[in-house]
Amino acid sequence: MKRAALILTALILMASAPPPPAPVEDRPLADPAQEARAQAIHESLRCVVCQNESIAESGAVLAADLRQVVRERVSAGDSDKEVRAFMVERYGDFVLLKPPFEAATWLLWLGPFAVVLIGAGAVFAYLRRRRSAGEATPLTREERARLDALLAEEDEA
Amino acid sequence: MIAEIGHLALILAFLLALVQAAMGLSGGARRDSRLMAGARASALFQLLFVAMAFVALAICYLIPDFSVALVQQHSHSTQPWPYRLAATWGSHEGSLLLWVLILAIYGAAAALFGRRLRPTLVSRMLGVQALIAAAFLGFALFTSNPFLRLHPAPLDGAELNPLLQDPGLVLHPPLLYLGYVGFSAAFSLAAAALIEGRADMAFARWLRPWIIAAWSALTLGIALGSWWAYYELGWGGWWFWDPVENASLMPWLAGTALLHSAIVLEKRGALISWTLLLSILTFSLSLLGTFLVRSGVLTSVHAFAVDPARGTAILGFTVLATGAALALYGWRAPSMQTGAVFSPVSREAGLALNNLFLMAATATVFLGTFYPVFVEVLSQGQDRISVGPPYYAITFVPLVLPLLAIVAYGPMLNWKRDSLKAVTGRLKWPLLIAALALVVAIFTLGPSHVLQILGATLGVWLIAGSAWVLVRRWTAAGRDEIGWRIRKTPPAVWALCLAHAGLGMTALGIASVTALETETVATLTPGQSVDFAGRRMTLTGAEIVEGPNYRAERVILHATGPGVNREIISERRFYPVTGTWTTEAGIDLTPLGAYYVSVGERRGDGVVIRAWNHPMVGWIWWGGLVMAFGGALSLADRRLRLAAPAPRAPAKTAEAAP
Repeated sequence: MKRAALILTALILMASAPPPPAPVEDRPLADPAQEARAQAIHESLRCVVCQNESIAESGAVLAADLRQVVRERVSAGDSDKEVRAFMVERYGDFVLLKPPFEAATWLLWLGPFAVVLIGAGAVFAYLRRRRSAGEATPLTREERARLDALLAEEDEA
Repeated sequence: MIAEIGHLALILAFLLALVQAAMGLSGGARRDSRLMAGARASALFQLLFVAMAFVALAICYLIPDFSVALVQQHSHSTQPWPYRLAATWGSHEGSLLLWVLILAIYGAAAALFGRRLRPTLVSRMLGVQALIAAAFLGFALFTSNPFLRLHPAPLDGAELNPLLQDPGLVLHPPLLYLGYVGFSAAFSLAAAALIEGRADMAFARWLRPWIIAAWSALTLGIALGSWWAYYELGWGGWWFWDPVENASLMPWLAGTALLHSAIVLEKRGALISWTLLLSILTFSLSLLGTFLVRSGVLTSVHAFAVDPARGTAILGFTVLATGAALALYGWRAPSMQTGAVFSPVSREAGLALNNLFLMAATATVFLGTFYPVFVEVLSQGQDRISVGPPYYAITFVPLVLPLLAIVAYGPMLNWKRDSLKAVTGRLKWPLLIAALALVVAIFTLGPSHVLQILGATLGVWLIAGSAWVLVRRWTAAGRDEIGWRIRKTPPAVWALCLAHAGLGMTALGIASVTALETETVATLTPGQSVDFAGRRMTLTGAEIVEGPNYRAERVILHATGPGVNREIISERRFYPVTGTWTTEAGIDLTPLGAYYVSVGERRGDGVVIRAWNHPMVGWIWWGGLVMAFGGALSLADRRLRLAAPAPRAPAKTAEAAP
């Protein structure tokens, strides 16, 4: 009991320290399925006043505020898409951590795969060129076997 | 007085860099051994003077001398001395000084270790390295002088950002800079080879240690930074796809590609021009990273005081250096082809494929980092978009998974020509283990986590595949020779296995934690407890602790569960000078995972506790450590230490050489 009292005193002492940054309460939804959906949405929305965080991660007051807004919309029966659309209406595309595929962002989305395809084409062309350069003097079966053995030996060494 | 000595040393270093550039480049062109020796000597003296400047600034911080403006801005008398010292590189000006210091270290190392190499090549390399040094020393002197005085001197300073007052600041930036500034050596060497129009296998053999040194340091720096963010930011994130993190990831990805293409060049004399191009690109990405941190174009937790003028200067130099190097490349590289031949299934081809995926991954990170800037500039500030983790999950991850799949194939492939059937046969056991891992992963991670299941399976595949390289090697000549063969395993083979297995560990950790992490929030009063992730946590203590320059709310929790009985201490610290809060999470880290507790706000008599269970999260960083250790080991390999076939003759004969 004495111990508990000591801890309590410490907690009260803490209360005299300056206020913490974001004393905003998170009130999870009662339905776990809805809460899970809300949390997934939280992770996809940017905290617009923060440096580079989703509203799920951020300790900012606005983020806590937005988390509640998302929960309200989810419990009101909005689909994930509708909740995001609601946020985009208020804050613009900037709020989406996953940018939409549209006229301004097609390069962003297709770029990585274009690089792979172009690169694969270049590698393929290079290999073909290399190979045709090598086919000028084809080796016999025995020569090839000996060479492979030698190469394997060199590899071991 | 000390600040003035530092300032003077910096000016001398700048002038020496100009001299070194002139002597190195013209000495190489004219084969003048006196000029080339002069370039070497200037590289050493340049290091001496930059080090003097750096030490001078460090001393100003240690005293602390608040009449120096920079010290005043980033240091307070109550700040503990290790953090005052580390604050030396905690600001734009100071970190720029660290940047040039590391550049000078690599330059001096080239001058010292380059004696066995073609003197003209080393001389030109030192010349190019000095051009970079001159640009950055000039930049430091003319726009970011760290030694400016305040008059009158204030009594005390402002404080270093409390988030940075952490052991992480002592190690993270120096390691990171050793990494990406280290790629300058590969850049200079490639430029020198292009100027000479010669890049042979001996060149590649000399290029590799520079890449490996830089790569190992960068790997360690990134892993350490990730760990630091994990425990310091208070919610257990370990990677944020933050623009500045991306700035270090891009050179790492490109550097990894370079590391591998240089192997092909060294062993087989192939991929010459590609390796040279990668050397240029990797360091260009480092420069771009430097620009990102200091320009303020992107919002980021890492950004230094933002100043568009400085950003423009760095961007200008980045464009100039990259453009000049690429022009040189376009002019010289076409004449540097080789006749080395290999078939589509061969180790060379495997490494080419490795490069393809790594460069595509680099391009993805590049697009994700810069696209928001393009959009904003092109729409004149009308449109702003964000590119966050969901983007990388859809683009980056699918590019990395096939890469992981081919990594274990690499060491099993023969050079020049192989068959898929044969190599798959050689990998029978690792494939079997991976298949088992796949089944286990589906059950433990849940069938909905497709990417994580693949990631975990491939992680096991890499570890098994790397171990299998060793096993095959050791058992190749029967039972009697095993002991001898284990002892005779060259460091390079250990290095390869460790680096690949480390990557597998990291993949396994990332897959597990992203699939399985759970979180809870509870308000506890003393004596109350909460059950979470198989443990019971009881609030046993709460106290106020006075630190040297902060006051902490410390909460002590007792965690019990099967095989667990320990205290977790978590703190929230208030720094009165800056009026900011930081969290020091309580972390119980084991190989199975981390139990992560962070203290929230008070509510009535209780404290809000947020707790996370992060299964296998530690493997992410241990994997990085193992990768970096592998890199360091390969530096110890005799083959690389011997470097190129040494020209025994003294430099004088070089003059007479054609």
